[in-house]
Amino acid sequence: MLISGNEAVALAAQRAGVALGTGYPGTPSTEILERFSELGGRAQWAPNEKVAFEVAIGVAYASARAVVTMKHVGLNVAADPLFTAAYTGVSGALVVVSADDPGMASSQNEQDNRRYAVAAGVPMLEPADSQEAYDFTLQAIEISERWGLPVMLRMTTRVCHSKSVVHPERTCAPPPPPSYTRDIAARVMIPSNARPAHRRLRAKLAQIAEWNETSGPNRVIPGSNSLGIIADGVAFQHAREAAPEASFLQLGMTHPLPVETIRKFANSVERCVVIEEGDPYLADTIRAAGISVESKPEMFRFGELNVDRVRRILAGDTTPEPAPPPGKAPELCNGCPYRTVYRALRNLDCIVAGDIGCYSLGALPPFEALETLVCMGAAIGVGLGLRHVLPPEEARRVVSVIGDSTFVHSGITGLVEMVYNPPSTGHVVIILDNSTTAMTGFQEHPATGRTLDHQPTGKLIIEDLCRALGVADTHVIDPTRDPEAFEKLLGDSLASGRLAVIIARRSCLLVTGRLRELERCQ
Amino acid sequence: MMDNRVTNIVIAGLGGQGVIRASDIAADAAFRSGFDVKKSEIHGMSQRGGFVTSDVRFGRQVSSPMVPRGEADYLVVLAPDQLEAVRGSLRPGGVLILPDGLNGEPLPNKKTLNVALLGILSTHLPIPEANWVEAIRSSLPEKFHEANLHAFQLGRRQATVHT
Repeated sequence: MLISGNEAVALAAQRAGVALGTGYPGTPSTEILERFSELGGRAQWAPNEKVAFEVAIGVAYASARAVVTMKHVGLNVAADPLFTAAYTGVSGALVVVSADDPGMASSQNEQDNRRYAVAAGVPMLEPADSQEAYDFTLQAIEISERWGLPVMLRMTTRVCHSKSVVHPERTCAPPPPPSYTRDIAARVMIPSNARPAHRRLRAKLAQIAEWNETSGPNRVIPGSNSLGIIADGVAFQHAREAAPEASFLQLGMTHPLPVETIRKFANSVERCVVIEEGDPYLADTIRAAGISVESKPEMFRFGELNVDRVRRILAGDTTPEPAPPPGKAPELCNGCPYRTVYRALRNLDCIVAGDIGCYSLGALPPFEALETLVCMGAAIGVGLGLRHVLPPEEARRVVSVIGDSTFVHSGITGLVEMVYNPPSTGHVVIILDNSTTAMTGFQEHPATGRTLDHQPTGKLIIEDLCRALGVADTHVIDPTRDPEAFEKLLGDSLASGRLAVIIARRSCLLVTGRLRELERCQ
Repeated sequence: MMDNRVTNIVIAGLGGQGVIRASDIAADAAFRSGFDVKKSEIHGMSQRGGFVTSDVRFGRQVSSPMVPRGEADYLVVLAPDQLEAVRGSLRPGGVLILPDGLNGEPLPNKKTLNVALLGILSTHLPIPEANWVEAIRSSLPEKFHEANLHAFQLGRRQATVHT
């Protein structure tokens, strides 16, 4: 079959009897859970990655198999449970898929999450194509169960979204029925339990490192003695094409590293070059072990690698790389309800703290009306900070703008902060509610009242929540029905000096048809 | 044909034109013909009308999923005004396929332009017509089969008439 890396992970999860797949949508990870659901797996969107990870821990404490998916920055949100789940360990399997985005096709940074595997102390596998995405998902489950540890499956955009041929031959033993065994010393991380837990974790990692030397998913492809290449992930594919004559050590498990295997390989060739995307994680670690290898020049830390860039690395070519002329930039759709909102923000000369979603496009022409974007939920906190210190006449122009899915993800605590520490000039938060997670491809979320597979469920009522948190001035308005009324409401709210939430509610044009169909079916 | 050479195709256009659908069909048609296939593109902002490209590569064995710059054998561009952004992917002597390759032959459904251009592309490739037809059928809901198969044949006909 010809399938994407994401589809391959889903297929492996389904075949392995994964009891629950959970996560939060984020490019390039989103299709894993959608496909898992289509294949009959139980898949759920969580409000955010931290909650998803915690649910997955519970599944794995009950001896079942869990997969939790997220984009690279999602793991920042889930980092808190990740680090301590490494201490507690799991009884079943817990595989965390981290989908990194080198080159930032659709992300706010290009952080290299291989560092997380090291920092948290969890094993990490890195597939290079869809076949390995399938095989390594099964292997991650086996490793997780064998050592009772969460395992990171680290993918990147070109592994997640590229399609390649998969022969789904590998299988793994079926999971035992879920069961619960009380183990307070292992799972209650008070200091007296956590101290021995940390030692247990390090002992497990030492065992896994030894296993990785002899049985890990790494392979040597013999070639010329004059050039040896050590590579991981999709960088391996680019390097194979750039230097087909070279000897290769492809690393499938990149934490803990098989240091002696690497040493032996490096000693077998005259020149040994590490080809990796992003940070020089492999090169630095290998050199720290006293093995002499070449790393890439600093300019190749930025952006994706490809065959051309690997050729340059091997040739030591650091001349400037030609940039192709840009194609048409994306923009807010014609008829997008957010266009009215941005026009009003421009007209009122607002200082806009923004957030992550389609509406981030409000930063580009013709609006250029969104002035900050940091991370999910930051609009509210950043807006409050600006309000706290700017002179009153400027502070009164500050507005926070956040989408519906983003608000549920991590805007709620920002609103609590607003009520608890209100700026003296008040504040205005606009929740752009288009009834979907539009940016990532129209996923459901708690405030749509539908599950991942579009079935009705409990619905979060955003305006009720805002009022319950203590924002009395909570308004719901369709910004397109009467743009002037919207602008007046915004102007009045700014002038009031009070705390206000304006929910600009109008469903995304691209989902309106589908929404009607769903409502008819219900 | 099963030598070591890899055939490189780049398809480009704007979000909503069916660039990714077209590359899925081409990749599937090559896969059905027994080739190793890789296909890659960037998702994300493409829904919002921005520039999109997708790479399809097939041969005996394909490593990187991305067509190296200047090595595309075929460049299919659905939005001619985006040609400059992607022209550099074509190798010297490579084949450029644009909507004007349809020679003004009217498409009954504008949304099938992607498949019509695949019709032109298909005449250059060692992939049996039946595999294209199967790939089109399996990638689209049944109600769109007729219009797209019509567009595919229209593209094939134009390419044969004018070359």
